[in-house]
Order: sequence, then C-alpha cells, then structure tokens
Amino acid sequence: MTDIVRTITPAPTPGAAFMRALKSFALIRESWVGMIGTGLVVFWIVVALAAPVIAPFEPNATLQPFAKPGVAFTKGGIFWLGTDHIGRDILSRIIWGSRAVLLYAPLATICAYTVGIVMGLAAGYFRGWIDELLSRLADIILSFPVLVLYIIIIATIGASALNIIVAITFASAPGIFRIVRGLVLDLRNRDYVAAAQTRGESSWQIMLVEILPNARGPLIVDACLRLGYVIITIGVLGFLGLGLPPPDPDWGGMINETRQMALAFPHMSVFPCVAISSLILGFNLLADGLREISLRD
Amino acid sequence: MSDNLTPLLDIKGLCVSYFTRAGEIPAIKDFSLSLKAGESVGLVGESGCGKSTVALAIMRYLGNNGDIVGGSVSFKGRDLATLSADELRQLRGSEIAMIYQEPMAALNPSLTIGTQLMEVPMVHENVSAADARSRALQMLDDVHLPDPERILQAYPHQLSGGQQQRVVIAMALLSKPALLLLDEPTTALDVTVEAGIVTLIAELSHKFGSALLYISHNLGLMLEVCDRIGVMYSGEVIEEGTIDSIFTWPKHPYTHGLFGCIPLPHADKNARPLVAIQGQLPLPHERPPGCNFGPRCDFFESGLCDAGDIGAEYVDTDDDPRHRVRCVRWRDIDPDQLIAKADGKPPVEYGEKVLDVVGMQKYYEVHDRSIGAMISGDGIRYVKANETLSFSARRGETLGIVGESGCGKSTFAKVLMGLECCTDGEVRLDGQDIGDMPVRERSPKQLGSVQMVFQNPNDTLNPSHTIGGQISRVIKKFGVESDKHKIQDRMLRLLDLVKLPRDFALRRPRQLSGGQKQRVGIARAFAGNPSMVIADEPISALDVSVAAAVTELLVDIQREHQTTLLFISHDLSAVRYLADRVVVMYLGRIMERGTTEEVFGPPYHPYTEALLSAVPIADPAVEKRRIVLEGNIPSAFETPKGCPFATRCPRRLGDICDKEPPPQRQNRDRHIIACHIHLDELRGVAPVISLTSEAPDQVGA
Repeated sequence: MTDIVRTITPAPTPGAAFMRALKSFALIRESWVGMIGTGLVVFWIVVALAAPVIAPFEPNATLQPFAKPGVAFTKGGIFWLGTDHIGRDILSRIIWGSRAVLLYAPLATICAYTVGIVMGLAAGYFRGWIDELLSRLADIILSFPVLVLYIIIIATIGASALNIIVAITFASAPGIFRIVRGLVLDLRNRDYVAAAQTRGESSWQIMLVEILPNARGPLIVDACLRLGYVIITIGVLGFLGLGLPPPDPDWGGMINETRQMALAFPHMSVFPCVAISSLILGFNLLADGLREISLRD
Repeated sequence: MSDNLTPLLDIKGLCVSYFTRAGEIPAIKDFSLSLKAGESVGLVGESGCGKSTVALAIMRYLGNNGDIVGGSVSFKGRDLATLSADELRQLRGSEIAMIYQEPMAALNPSLTIGTQLMEVPMVHENVSAADARSRALQMLDDVHLPDPERILQAYPHQLSGGQQQRVVIAMALLSKPALLLLDEPTTALDVTVEAGIVTLIAELSHKFGSALLYISHNLGLMLEVCDRIGVMYSGEVIEEGTIDSIFTWPKHPYTHGLFGCIPLPHADKNARPLVAIQGQLPLPHERPPGCNFGPRCDFFESGLCDAGDIGAEYVDTDDDPRHRVRCVRWRDIDPDQLIAKADGKPPVEYGEKVLDVVGMQKYYEVHDRSIGAMISGDGIRYVKANETLSFSARRGETLGIVGESGCGKSTFAKVLMGLECCTDGEVRLDGQDIGDMPVRERSPKQLGSVQMVFQNPNDTLNPSHTIGGQISRVIKKFGVESDKHKIQDRMLRLLDLVKLPRDFALRRPRQLSGGQKQRVGIARAFAGNPSMVIADEPISALDVSVAAAVTELLVDIQREHQTTLLFISHDLSAVRYLADRVVVMYLGRIMERGTTEEVFGPPYHPYTEALLSAVPIADPAVEKRRIVLEGNIPSAFETPKGCPFATRCPRRLGDICDKEPPPQRQNRDRHIIACHIHLDELRGVAPVISLTSEAPDQVGA
C-alpha cells in the first residue's frame, strides 16, 4: 500500500498536463479533414518561423518593378511569384507577412477569449442583474455592422498592432460571451457544482475550476474557427488601409496596394489572397476535425 | 391471428452486432423467442444487456452501424429480413407498434395530440379525417383520459407525464397492432402513475388481443404484466420460462443473484441484508470465453464454464416444460447455499438528537411580470415547496423521506445543505439553527458535518479532475487535515473505505462505472466526518446488482461512523429496507411519519396506502391490494386549501377534506397521520401487502 502512496505523491506538473493535451490532440489523425487543416496550419507556422532562412529577398527592398512570376533578377535569384509595382519580391513579402498574421491573430483571439470568458462566466453563474447588464451590452455591440465598428474604432484610436488587437477584442468578445454564457447556464446545474457550493468554495473558484474546464470542448472548436475570422479581419483591415502601418509586409495591405493593377498584373494580388485563404481554410478544417473527434467519444 | 398454434413472432438464433471503430461488437448472441398472439413476454436485464437492441432488431431499426449478422426474425410467417424498406414502413406502426421510455420525446411538441393521433389511421388505412378523428376520440377514451375532446386540441406540453404516456399508448394501439413492443414504458414516471399505466396496458392488451414484448429492468413489474420472461445478461438470454417458474425455481446463478439484490419485503438491513453480485458487467468487447457470467459466478469451474459457447438447456420442472437455462452447472447448484452467504449484522444503537426540524417552511417567490399580472395586482405568486415540516432524527438513525416527484423532498435537502434558506421555522443540526444560514456563512466544520450523496452518478463528479484530487480538495476545504501528505493519506483511506482500489486516485470519472462513481461520491460525503449525510436518490440511477452493493456500502459506513442518514427516495422498497423511521411527503407536507413498521403497516394514511400498493414487488408470494389513484398531483402554485391529497384520495370524506387542513392524529408515540378520517377507522384497514402462506418462500432461510 505504501508503494501506491509513493507513486501517487508527485502532483501532476504543468508538463504532464501539456503532454496529456498533446496526446488527446493526437486523435486528430483519425480525421482526414483535421489532418489537412493541421497540415496547412503547421506549414504556415514553419514558414513564419523560418522566414529569414527561406525568404529569397529582403521584403521591403525595391528591386525590379512589375516583374512577372518566374522572372530572373539581374543581380541573381528568381522572382518566383513576381514583384509589385515598386519592385518588392512578392514571395518574400508573403513569407515575412505570415509572421504578422500568426502573431497578431492568435494574440487578438486570446484577448477576445479572456474578456468573453470572464464576462460569460459571471453572467451565466451569477444570473440576475449582472447577466442582464452584460447581455444587453453584448447585444448593443453585436447590433453594429462589424465593419463599421472596426472603422470607427481604428479611426478613433489610430492604426497600430495594439489597436488592431483592441478592436478585434471589442468586436468579438460579445460573441464569445454568448457561447460561454450558454454553456455555463447548463453546467452550473450539475451536481458537482452543487457539491462545490456545499463545501464552501468561492464563486470564482467554482467558475474557473469546476465549470470552465468542462466547457473547453466547444470553446476550443470555436477558437479555431474564430482564429480564421480574425485572420480575415486583419486582412480586411489591411485592405482598408487600417492595418499594420507600411512598409512592413501585411497580406491585406499587399492586396490593397495592388488592387488597381489587378487586371493587368493579377499575380500581385492573387498570391496574397491564396496565402490568406489557405491559412483560414487550415484553421476551419482543423476546427471541423476537432469537432469530429470530440463528437466521437 | 385466430390461429393460436403458429407463433406470431418467431425469432431463431438472432445475432446482432454493432460495427464501430473498435471493430465488430456483438450486442446479442443466439437469441430465440416465440410469441403467440395475445401472449405477453418480458425481457429483463441490467443496462447494456441488449434488451433494447432486441426490440430494435425486430423493428429492423438498428441504425447505421448495427446489423443482424445471424438468425432470423419472422413475423406472421414472413421473414422480416426479406422485406423492402417500403414494406417495413407499412409494417411499423400498423402491425408492430413501439412505446418508448420518454413520452415527451415520443410526441411532437409542435403538433396537437389530435393531429398526431389522426395521422396513424390516415397513413396506414387511408381513412378520412372525420373517421380518424372519431377513432382517436374513442381510443383516448379507452386509455381512460378524462375529457378526450379537450385533449385532442391540446399540445403535448399541456399534459402531465402520465397523460402523455397514455396518449403514446393510444397512438400505438390506434392501428390495432398484432405486436406491441414496450421499452421501459414507465421508468420515467412516478410510482402511482406507473401503477395506472401498467394496469392500463394489461387491460388493453386483453381488449385488443395484441401480443406484448415488455422490456424492463424491473423484475417486480414483470410479475404484474407478463406471462413469460427472459432474463438477459450481456447479450444472451440466460434463463427463460413462465413467471411462476422463474420466480419460484430460478436456476441460473445470475437470476438467483438478482433476487438477492432486490429489497423484498422480508429483507432487513440487520437480520437479512442484501447480497450484491460481485464484480461488474463485462464490456461487450471484453466478454469472457464461455459463460459471460463466469467471472462473477460463485459456481464457476474453469475448464467447464469457460470451455466454449453454452447453449440453452431445458429444465424439467412440472410447472413449465419450456423453462430453459443457459448454464452448464445448473444441476449442481443448491439455491440454499447461495442465500446462506448473507450474514446478519448487529442493529444500530441510536444516540442523541442530531437533527430537529420544527415547523420549517420554504416558499419560492415567482414574479409574474406580464401586464395582466401588473393590472390585477398579483405579480408575485408563491410555490409552497415545504409547508410546516416537523420531525427529528437521532445519531446513527436512518430517516427515509418518501414521496413522488414535486413533493418537496429535494427542496428540504437544499435547505439543509444551505443552498436555500427556509422561509420560516427552524432546522437545528447539533443544536444550532442552520435553517436560514446560507452555505457562505457556515464554518468549515459546519459544512463538513452535513454532506450529500447525489443522485446522478454521471453528474456527481467533475469530469475534468482526478478522483484523488476531488476527494483531497474536500478534505482540505473542511479543514480535516492541512498537511499535504496527511491529506493524501486520508484520501487513500477514504478510497479504502468505499472499497475502491487506491490507484483509482489518479483516474478520471469517465474511466469509472456508474456504481464506482457513486462510491466516490460517498467517499467525498464522508470526508469531513459528517454527523449527517443526505442521500438524495443515491441508487435510483443504478442497476439492480450495483444498487445493492452501493446500498450495503452506505449502510456499513453509516453503521461504522454512527452517522445519521437522511435517505430521500421515491422507491418504497429501498426505504423500507434501509430506513428506521419514515416520513411520507406529498405536495410539501408530511402525510405520515413514524417508524418503518408503523408506516408500512395499518393504520395507514390513504396516500401511504396507495403508494404501497403502487410499488411492484418481485415476489409471487406477496399479495397486494390494488389501489389506482386517479388524476394528477396538483400544481404547487394552487395547493388545495384543505388536505393536499383530497383531489386524488380514494377515501375522501367530503367537503371537510377540501376546506380544512387535516389534524395531526397521533397513533402511537411518534407515529403521526395527518388525515380527517378517525384513527379507529384507519386502524380497521386491511394491510396492503400480505404474504400468501401456501406459496413456497423461494428466498427462505
């Protein structure tokens, strides 16, 4: 019996929890949709990490304007995807641009989730006036057309990486709030919540330890989908000229700068579009895959 | 149908498998059954034994991943496997009808009852709408629903559960099916409602000559409804015969075991405790070779029982030539030896008063914010969940609170736990009034001293945390121990206490079976050395053999720790077995209270009498007086002014019952009956349950 005491004693470390999460993620192998999604996402992550190594040119260097894809540069190297109107290599800009997207999109999503989860937990668990107040607030925000909302926010506080995150958090938190609130309304009636109440746990302990972990399934799936939407949003903001300040490469901005030449030089805007679509598709398929495996067991 | 010699339904060697990621999972193996017109056959077994799959296989409705892999099902001489999808559709609902467990799920909430009923003859027999309507009306009358005209116009949510199930039965019988499949038709209903439905089913199957295949986990119900039964275990029928033959001379060790697990009237927690079946049901893909019951059987003999597939053998009893059993050792098994195992336990000694409830009241305010309510001025209405409850419990005593759904028993538990505060009166625990002390204001010691075992095993533990972590948290929170190692040690000892292996501490709830989860729930409740434990229907969601083990465990721990147990249940058999004293509640009020013997024998409150009569008892030697209650439990908004039970009482005196609250009549020291009828008259009532002397006592000493 003492053996067992000894084997149990080490408390589960964060490392062990991470390994367990990784293990359950490994189930995604059984969904081919999920595997394609994972493949696309991993591809872009690798590209972003390896940008300095694989990008053939400096992303902001003006080299040779209006080069078609496949044209060789006079000083060596090939413009695989061509160059834009001021002569920057499109492939290099896409590769470097993936860094911005893969940094700011998850950051914005995490911020939106933090706000949405805290509000949703409070509204769903406490009910009463706090629920009434937060729900009406969410309704008001959701009643604005999203695009108008972004333009108003960015126009007011100015275009910068931080402000994009603020705007996205402001616009998407109400949607997350509604999902979390709905899940909490169901979970708060479980017997284990009553058991926690009868042993005198504090409200936040119950919300964060007893309720939130059991809402994780639907939330993870939603987070993947939402990550896709946020990438679109960042792209749209770039396209509207409200994105990351130039000259750093930004996929949406690349499309915006070259859209007037799209008929004559389609390669300038088509390739950034393909990059955005593939990454969004990756996250959407990943979400589908996660939903598939979560329904199975 | 008039030909009684050819069977209506003939199933031979049926095998059904489900195909999943893990491969082929056999759900039913070698199932044979023949059912004559007008006969009623029961299938009984614990969850996962394949009894519902049999019904679905007959309907050929196995879903995408299920298939019949062997054997044949023929209905009226036609092999159902050869029928096309269209022919099957014609057959379903007209020749074979099915009644499911959840009436609310079987009815479409957005169509009126009339539309749904009329559809049946219109689709299957092409009759006109007017004809269909008159037939629907007639059928509603046949299922004894009051005011059929009104019910035709009603939507499902406007009817009570019992009424809904009557509508479903009416729908099933509208096309006069030759075969009626009933899958746990009364499991979701209250006992008094169940009694009415069971009587109705028996009456109607006689009237319409339909054969019945009745599927249930409740052996007592089988006794009341069926001519023959098959006992299923892990996908096989392990014993089959007439009711008399199976109940009087059970041959298979599993059937014996089942009877040992049911709290029959002569079981007693001290002198004759329940005997649980060891081990647990094997998962379908982990069945042992040979006899599926082998690993749990006391008569297991290796080399014989695990040698190969075991066929069903006929047992020669004078009573029933068709009694079959699937056991190679049935000749060697001595029934008395099986029973002798149960050792008596010493009776519990009661200590000082732990719980004292004096005139406790709990009203819920319901705010009606409609304009109509604002104008008329009655914006606030009250749900009277508990009305002047008074009773007490001593240390070591088991107090049973009995009543049907909505009687306020769970509300009372919530007040005790501090999840709600009482509106008036006192609830004293160990001398301190905790009635209006919410959980937030209680000290860790007070929190630990009254704990609860919950009903639903799948809900009682947090699926995200380990078993050990959840128990440790309780120990820490109640301040029993503070040192990390001591907490760990106490957690492991609690696992020992509920007879679970220590390495369960690292498992998560989904790796545990229902019974094991309930054991963890018990361990958690006893973590803070409670002076009182509330068990709210702790075994009603468990299978018979598991429930017996959990019951015994609870009794043993309670005995050891001298804990007061408040056992809340709708199951009178379990209460009679467990409780020392009983409180019978109806609509938030106490109808009768006293010791178990006093409450379960005359003089009865008329409601207790009806409850006792409604509970099915799995013993043919028991004779019951039948009392079927009419009507429904009144809404808690409009509790009657006088006696709450007056609207359904078969012994109603007259206006006095409606207008004046009944007096508390004291029969003996602590036996109280709240009724207008004089005690002398109530004393003259014959007992509801009596043992017939000539029938052999199969569980005899």
